[in-house]
Amino acid sequence: MRFEDVADLLPGLVDGTIRVDERTQEFIESDLRCQAELARYRKLLRTLEALRTRYFEPSPGLLAATLAAIAEEGERRVVHSIITGRRLAYAGAALGGVAAAGAAAAAVILARRRVLAS
Amino acid sequence: MVDQAELISAAQAGDRSAFDELVRQTYVDTYTLAVRLCSDEEDARDVVQDAYLRAWKSIGRFRGDAAFSTWMYRITANCASTFVAKRRRLRTEPLLTHLEPADPHPESQPEGMLESSMELDSVGRALADLTPRLRAVVVLKDVYGLPHEAIAEELGISVSAAKVRLHRGRRRLRDALYEETRSSRAV
Repeated sequence: MRFEDVADLLPGLVDGTIRVDERTQEFIESDLRCQAELARYRKLLRTLEALRTRYFEPSPGLLAATLAAIAEEGERRVVHSIITGRRLAYAGAALGGVAAAGAAAAAVILARRRVLAS
Repeated sequence: MVDQAELISAAQAGDRSAFDELVRQTYVDTYTLAVRLCSDEEDARDVVQDAYLRAWKSIGRFRGDAAFSTWMYRITANCASTFVAKRRRLRTEPLLTHLEPADPHPESQPEGMLESSMELDSVGRALADLTPRLRAVVVLKDVYGLPHEAIAEELGISVSAAKVRLHRGRRRLRDALYEETRSSRAV
């Protein structure tokens, strides 16, 4: 086995993202180039982790613009719910009207039948 | 500062001022992630706004099994991924890279710290030079510590694809930094 055979595995081996068979593992542990390369990857991971607390300074308007966009969305949602509520109310009223008209028609038909029968 | 859990509960009940406070507490962090993912400050601003809008719309679904910041990282990653893909289709001019924040007082740092600050600069620059696909996975896993499954879900790829991109990204970073070290020694 040579260093070149395992070089592509090292970026995953450094944090256990991938596993290798026992023979490969033994080679990596005994090969100096592999160990040096793993040390480089470990250092790289430590530095990347340290970037986490390095903040970029946003331009002053970003917070205000973001809060304004959320407020606008909130207002849109309120308007939408009012419109949806009104639509439901109109639909309910229309259904109620149709039901009432149907009931009235049925009552008239029944009354006429009674008159005819008597 | 009001407890974040209280703010989240209030925001879930529809209190927008509570959500605004959550934005105030976290927007620098979210913006930093967006810059790292987009490598462009203007795009990062749009991503931040989009991310908080999505968060506001779906705050009711936040279960609290992860920190609010982790939840925001996932939303930001998803927004940035969509944004970067759209940008690739529309824009042809090169992006501004090498945005690594400058150390405001490098002379006041002890020698060891200064070296470490220089390392951070180099890694930050190398990271910005990666392709957006590789950069996204490396940033989310190695800088922000998100699990592979979450990264795959937010970027719309499989877990194995996320791992392949991560290893490829690390390899490119290693090559870039090692080459840089070698050439600076030669000078």
